[in-house]
Amino acid sequence: MEPQPTRPALDTSSGATPGEALTFVDGVRRQIPYWATVTKRTWRGSVVSSFLSPLLYVVAMGVVLGGFVEGDPDRLEGATSYLAFVVPGLIAAHAMQTAVSETTYPVMGMIKWQRVYESMLATPLQVPQVVAAHLLFVTARLVVTCTVFTLVLAPFGVFESWWGPPLAVLSQVLVGVTFATLVYGFSARLRNEEGFGVLFRLGVFPLFLFSGAFFPVTNLGEAGAWAARLTPLWHGVNLSRMFALDHVTWWLAGVNVAVLVLLALVGWRWSVTGLQRRMVS
Amino acid sequence: MTPETATSAESMILARGLRKSFGPFEAVKGIDVEVRRGEAFGFLGPNGAGKSSTMRMVAAVSPVTGGTLRILGRDPATEGPAIRARLGVCPQEDTLDSELNVRDNLVIYGRYFGTARREAEQRADELLDFVQLTDKAGARVENLSGGMKRRLTIARSLVNRPDLLLLDEPTTGLDPQARHVLWDRLFRLKQAGVTLVLTTHYMDEAEQLCDRLVVMDKGLIVAEGSPLDLIRRHSTREVAELRFGLAEEGTGHDVLAEKVADLGDRVEALPDRLLVYSADGEEVVAKVHERGLRPVATLVRRSTLEDVFLRLTGRTLVD
Repeated sequence: MEPQPTRPALDTSSGATPGEALTFVDGVRRQIPYWATVTKRTWRGSVVSSFLSPLLYVVAMGVVLGGFVEGDPDRLEGATSYLAFVVPGLIAAHAMQTAVSETTYPVMGMIKWQRVYESMLATPLQVPQVVAAHLLFVTARLVVTCTVFTLVLAPFGVFESWWGPPLAVLSQVLVGVTFATLVYGFSARLRNEEGFGVLFRLGVFPLFLFSGAFFPVTNLGEAGAWAARLTPLWHGVNLSRMFALDHVTWWLAGVNVAVLVLLALVGWRWSVTGLQRRMVS
Repeated sequence: MTPETATSAESMILARGLRKSFGPFEAVKGIDVEVRRGEAFGFLGPNGAGKSSTMRMVAAVSPVTGGTLRILGRDPATEGPAIRARLGVCPQEDTLDSELNVRDNLVIYGRYFGTARREAEQRADELLDFVQLTDKAGARVENLSGGMKRRLTIARSLVNRPDLLLLDEPTTGLDPQARHVLWDRLFRLKQAGVTLVLTTHYMDEAEQLCDRLVVMDKGLIVAEGSPLDLIRRHSTREVAELRFGLAEEGTGHDVLAEKVADLGDRVEALPDRLLVYSADGEEVVAKVHERGLRPVATLVRRSTLEDVFLRLTGRTLVD
């Protein structure tokens, strides 16, 4: 259109040497600048949703509503106040929600709206590396969210030991990662976003309410309690609470960890095969 | 184009009996293609001809169903990442990241190829200059016009200094100004020795850019050659277009076609006009008048690739 008098010629000489093998770790590492830039752009907005809403929950449920609840350690799984009981469960439930929100619309957006995955997979990057980088970003968010949340609540005197809270945070991150992998696999297969509404209403919301975050699952009766213990979130809530309250039953902690790790591994396969089928056809 | 490139030939793409199926649907039904270094090669065809499926296989993102395919001498089934490291891909629909600004789209994309940060930034600035977007470096992608997005996509496809550049309908949806700017950039790349492979359904684009092309229809190659070759082989030198006032003649163009059938190599009756394919269009028009026929409008023009295309792939609409 405009005249181009003295434009320097573009260097088109061949760049990298062909045939270099791209390792898994290297493939993931090459995406760090992308996720770092996305984080830089979005962290302000996510601060609000990450910390403010659960903080409001803690105040409303833990402090105000909890004031009506008798702090009986026998009935509150070892907690001496309802606040101490609800906080570790609430952070675990919040980890689930963060994981789900990071692996639903964002994954679908990268598949079909922005088509970022398509552009990534036109490079030497491969599907497992792309999935891993995205899930690592979600994991990093979970670590930050759960850690800051724990630090904010420490002055309330809800933690019983110095070593419990870090392990509780790890538990919360673990349950978050488990949900991230499972939901990522679901999103990778989903054709349109209406499915997310069903996931939130029939999956996430009931889990949030009935997996022991707000009351001991034994309150649900024998059958209800066992049903609750079959949900992945309960394993995270229980683990998180046992560490936070320094009230650990080690064999049960082992079961909780094993279940979550196993589900996360299943979720990882499910995610990779889902994106592979979707993008490489 | 030049004899040197033809003799120092090295296959950038070599396909033999290449097939692609999606379930029971056969998108590509066995095609043979060879693209040599430095060539500008085109895939032409109507929608659904199998061009994009072929391009995706060549881009090493879609597994081959049957036949053999070698890209840069390598097998995409086993060496996908190594092949993609040497390709530039400009997809049909923009896949720019609107989370990132214009320059970051290039820098971060360069990092996927393993380019160090400093080098990726330097390359990004070079490319922004090349596609005339330097003053938009900090802009959000969503604020760019269609033509600017396309230029940015082309810039992005060059971050790794590819040996082979794949362009899937590079100018679809652009206004004429934007198309010409883009053609100019692509022409410069071609002159710089980059091998271009493009799909298009714009015949003028193919004539402008392609040294050689294939016409695809329903998953098969129906013609192959240079634009001039194809015109020579599948059409006549000129076309006389005759439009009759149908009310006066009291009949349709298809009936009139019979009256002039002997005047050209081929006569095609369209609802609004007759096309008479002949070496000498003026002579056709003169003879039509001699026979007492009175077209209300006549046009004599050279055959174009579009005539070839329509002849080979038909005039039926494909959605």
